[in-house]
Amino acid sequence: MKTWVSNRQSTMETNLWRLLLSVQPSRGLVDEKFSVRVQNAPPAHPLTMHALLHSEDGDTWEAFGHYVTDSGGDVNVSEDPSLGGTYDGVEPMGLLWSLRPAPGSRPGLRFRKRDAQTPMQVRLSVYQGHQSEGFMDRAVLASVMVERWYMAPGVRRVNITEGGVTGTLFLPPGPGPFPGLMDLWGGGGGLVEYRPALLASHGFASLALDYLKQADVKNEYFEDAYRVLQQHPQVCKNRIGLVGLSFGSSVALKMSVYSNVIQPRCIVCVSGSHIHAAGSRLKKTRYNEENQVIWRDLLLPVPTDLSKKVDVGRLQCPLLLVVGEDDQNWPVPESADDMREMMEGAGNSHLLTVLSYPRAGHLIEPPYSPHCRAGTFMAAGSRKKFIALWGGEVAPHSRAQEDAWRKTLDFLRENLYCSAD
Amino acid sequence: VTVTPILSVLPTRGLVDEKFKVALENLPPRFPVTLHSLHQSEDKDYWEAFGYYVSDDRGRVTVSQDASLGGTYTGAEPMGLLWSMRPVPGSRTGLRLRKMDVQSPMVVLISAYKGHVFEGFREQPPMASAVTERWYMAPGVQRIDIRERGVKGTIFIPQGPGPFPGVLDMWGGGGGLVEYRSALLASHGFVSMALDYLSFETFKTHNECLSYFEKVFSIIQQHPQVIKDRVGICGLSLGATVTLTMAAYCKSISPRCCVCISGSHVFPSGVSFAEVFQFKEMDMGKARLDEQKRVIWRDMILPIPTDPQRKVAMGRIKCPLLLVNGDDDQNWATVESAEDMAKMMRAAGNDHLLTTLTYHDAGHLIEPPYTPHFRASNFIVQHSKQKVVMLWGGQTKPHADAQEDSWEKILAFLRQHLYPCPSSSLPQAKL
Repeated sequence: MKTWVSNRQSTMETNLWRLLLSVQPSRGLVDEKFSVRVQNAPPAHPLTMHALLHSEDGDTWEAFGHYVTDSGGDVNVSEDPSLGGTYDGVEPMGLLWSLRPAPGSRPGLRFRKRDAQTPMQVRLSVYQGHQSEGFMDRAVLASVMVERWYMAPGVRRVNITEGGVTGTLFLPPGPGPFPGLMDLWGGGGGLVEYRPALLASHGFASLALDYLKQADVKNEYFEDAYRVLQQHPQVCKNRIGLVGLSFGSSVALKMSVYSNVIQPRCIVCVSGSHIHAAGSRLKKTRYNEENQVIWRDLLLPVPTDLSKKVDVGRLQCPLLLVVGEDDQNWPVPESADDMREMMEGAGNSHLLTVLSYPRAGHLIEPPYSPHCRAGTFMAAGSRKKFIALWGGEVAPHSRAQEDAWRKTLDFLRENLYCSAD
Repeated sequence: VTVTPILSVLPTRGLVDEKFKVALENLPPRFPVTLHSLHQSEDKDYWEAFGYYVSDDRGRVTVSQDASLGGTYTGAEPMGLLWSMRPVPGSRTGLRLRKMDVQSPMVVLISAYKGHVFEGFREQPPMASAVTERWYMAPGVQRIDIRERGVKGTIFIPQGPGPFPGVLDMWGGGGGLVEYRSALLASHGFVSMALDYLSFETFKTHNECLSYFEKVFSIIQQHPQVIKDRVGICGLSLGATVTLTMAAYCKSISPRCCVCISGSHVFPSGVSFAEVFQFKEMDMGKARLDEQKRVIWRDMILPIPTDPQRKVAMGRIKCPLLLVNGDDDQNWATVESAEDMAKMMRAAGNDHLLTTLTYHDAGHLIEPPYTPHFRASNFIVQHSKQKVVMLWGGQTKPHADAQEDSWEKILAFLRQHLYPCPSSSLPQAKL
């Protein structure tokens, strides 16, 4: 067994060195930046930085970047450019957001953490030279484990089963009371906890709601959930917002306009539309060359009939729309344009902010997690699996996630923490 | 409902020696607040620190930049909420904060209170709180119990393929198996062994003593994850004396470098190394008590003996040596010892190996940074089992600065000497 690493490639004589790899913080929140540094290597030396993540389903995700050490024998991923790999250029977080399924993986994978209480564990390693494959068979020069958490220490997770509502409430640490958020995921259904856990880590009492258990969910269910949140002793009852993604955005818009119970202080709609899904025309389903399903046309053209879409002209609170311009799943950009037009006509467009990202797709999630351009999708209550095309290209989509998340948090803080009663 | 400020601590989970950023937003402008830290030790005592701030015109407080106007620390002190902690009023006396279970973090509650509060923190609700974890072990560091050949210790192995340089880590006369510094060294890339050397049966002879420590050193050296010729020794207090003795007298081992914190080359018993561990002949006559009946041991080895039999032969040391001392050390005359060590090494011609760091107003217990300072604490004298309050010395702020600076320099020193460097393309020359 070798007792030290020798660089036999560049010189004939044995050159003994051991490099130092450090990542700070080694335990970070999912949306926290980290700094990755290599020291003590020879100068102008080619190295590959590699990230490896095992999902809860046993799939392997990896990312890598090619670097050359500087004259001091150092690499600083936050400042030095990657010359190639799964990302290039100066990308402090590229090793996370460019993670993709390892060669040989099942198709249509999407990375999602089911257990929000334990961290993602990413192994960062350094390899000799510029490698692009076969990482599992190569000797590693150095390696560290990095934890990425959705939950900050002190955040409490509470199961909610009262009033017929199924959900999970995440409470920030501290005496409270806190502004509240109802977090609505998309048509895939289930109880998705990681985003509300992260929102709680930023000071919002956040309720993850499981709402697609029956095919036909009633409006009262959402009103009951809203009341449960409002009445919680640690929630400020008149400082509640809604955050929705995809179908959840439609729910958020519909409830805010038409419900007497649900009166949010602000709404965030990520990749959503105001067009009623009941009007979707299945025969407009398209397929790309890889047989991935494109559903964006199902709701198009945008109806002019007010009964076929949410009358956003009646909205009374600030609305933040997050739009991926390459969304292949829902007609989000067209819907955003129409919503703006409706609100300008109604005189409430001062409430509207639109964040529109070129080459970003449908699944705009918290930053620094892998991008999924197409993935296995099974609508709640159905048994049929498709590979849905979500859209977006890795680098622009990841930039969109980072920017949108920061602006979403600012928007929520401004409307729920800072604004006067 | 009044406006709630937003309190953030980043990173939320850090290593003990990592800086954090504490910030408050959404306060009214020019609003007085108290930032408070609270920690419950493994012994169930409560420790706290606090600083007084006034928000700026935008309603923000940034601890790393703004000056604390009072409390347990003043001035712009990013880490003051940790290093200025002290037991809460009403606590037992003579406490020292030490983490014995390194596999779990220190959990600290940071809170913001309205106004400038100096007491009764637990009787009123804060405006906001955040929780932060402080870890001695980075993720993936392995902890292994060592119980072999009469040696009791714990080895910590860094993550990664290895092999790594090694460090033997020894604490002082308080005894026990103290793991936290070793765990932290492993988090920085060194295989590190914490050693309980005082519960071992008494050594009868000088040679028995040396062979025990040679055995310990070889356990690290021969570990499959350790680079054999890159093993150093780090010792504090009595552990520093052991370090110097090993470096000077052990024949079958040669440490690559040594770090001696608050140590002396003078044998406390004045006679032989073996008797150090029996503490029999320690000249207690020179122990003093201060006005609060706290024990001062610094005079016991003064004046520094001229008789070479009573101290380690510094001329025999062949490896780089880093001394770290506080000039307000009330426990051991470390500054005087360091001067004498330099003199001896100058005479022997090996003083180019010596680096001495002396910190003004730092005391005896120079530990990894951002942990509280104790000017005095409860101590059980090994041989007599007597309970005393030992005066360690040091003033809080200079001592905290010394811990921060010396730790950085200790890590740099260990890296320099133990991590093979690519700039020397020839085999390492012997010093």
